[in-house]
Amino acid sequence: MKEKAPVWNVKRELRILTQVDTNVQFGKKPLERSIEEHIRLGIINLDKPPNPSSHEVVAWVKRILGVSHAGHGGTLEAEAPGRPDGHRRTPSRT
Amino acid sequence: MVTGVLPVALEDATKAIQAFLLSGKEYVCLMQLHSDVAEQDIRSILRDFTGEIYQKPPLRASVKREVRKRTIYAINLLEIDGRRVLFRVACQAGTYIRKLCSDIGEAVGCGAHMRELRRTRAGPFTEDENNYTLHELQEAKRIHVEEGREDGLRKVVRPVEEAFEYIPKIYIRDSAVDAICHGAELAVPGIVSLETEIRPRSPVAIFTLKGEAVALAESQLTTESILEAEKGIVAKTKRVIMRPGTYPREWKSRQRST
Repeated sequence: MKEKAPVWNVKRELRILTQVDTNVQFGKKPLERSIEEHIRLGIINLDKPPNPSSHEVVAWVKRILGVSHAGHGGTLEAEAPGRPDGHRRTPSRT
Repeated sequence: MVTGVLPVALEDATKAIQAFLLSGKEYVCLMQLHSDVAEQDIRSILRDFTGEIYQKPPLRASVKREVRKRTIYAINLLEIDGRRVLFRVACQAGTYIRKLCSDIGEAVGCGAHMRELRRTRAGPFTEDENNYTLHELQEAKRIHVEEGREDGLRKVVRPVEEAFEYIPKIYIRDSAVDAICHGAELAVPGIVSLETEIRPRSPVAIFTLKGEAVALAESQLTTESILEAEKGIVAKTKRVIMRPGTYPREWKSRQRST
């Protein structure tokens, strides 16, 4: 896993092997999903507030949207020891 | 104080988390030096910490505590105010910034620690584009429930496909989709088009011709060798995102006929 440049600086091009069509009966373009499908296949680029942990933020998101399952990518923690317990808040009523 | 970009995946999209977990990050960091250091020394030490560094994960880490090699793509000094140093850092996934600060402090001689951190990018997700707070999410949900308007929610919640922005893609035939949804390997005949920068043992995203994410896979070949191949396995499916049955199941009947 050697990386010299960040992925966002890598340019890619499309190479076409063959020309075929896709059947409109099956699947749909990502932006044509119903709101339920959109959420089931959704990602939120969240601006994490300072106090709750990443884990707590995920619990909050699940509660707000009423989804059964959610997960975050890349913990973003104030991992300082001795962080006051008063900051470990769990989601309250929404 | 640690804030900033935290991508949260919902339900089926959680299968795509690896896509941005392994991609690079960008932070703005406020570091506190423990004594006065000349600006030119600060500049030179930050230059020294650019490129490949060795880092031992902190005590309270979620990974094994052994020294790891990490790449710092760039460090840009933004401001110095006495003993406080503000800088922007772009780094490989799994770099501990708190540790970076204490290592910089040790290298400069006086010690240092991280005061504040803001993540400004996690792979394809940046603080400049579609970055929303919990309050904005809650408000979008309220408007949807109370006024029946979806547009706000559709802005805050993004399609899972955006997680794959920086992963090279392979677009496949409708007839190959369901087999991949069942975990099959992708073979050359299923491919319609593909992107450059595909490398062996590297992540590749399998997409439909409609632009839907089917699965995250591990490529076995380079783009160039896939273009030349007539048959064979191209990628091993790792995480399936699309539900089986979305596209018709054509793979079993084909197996019987051959």
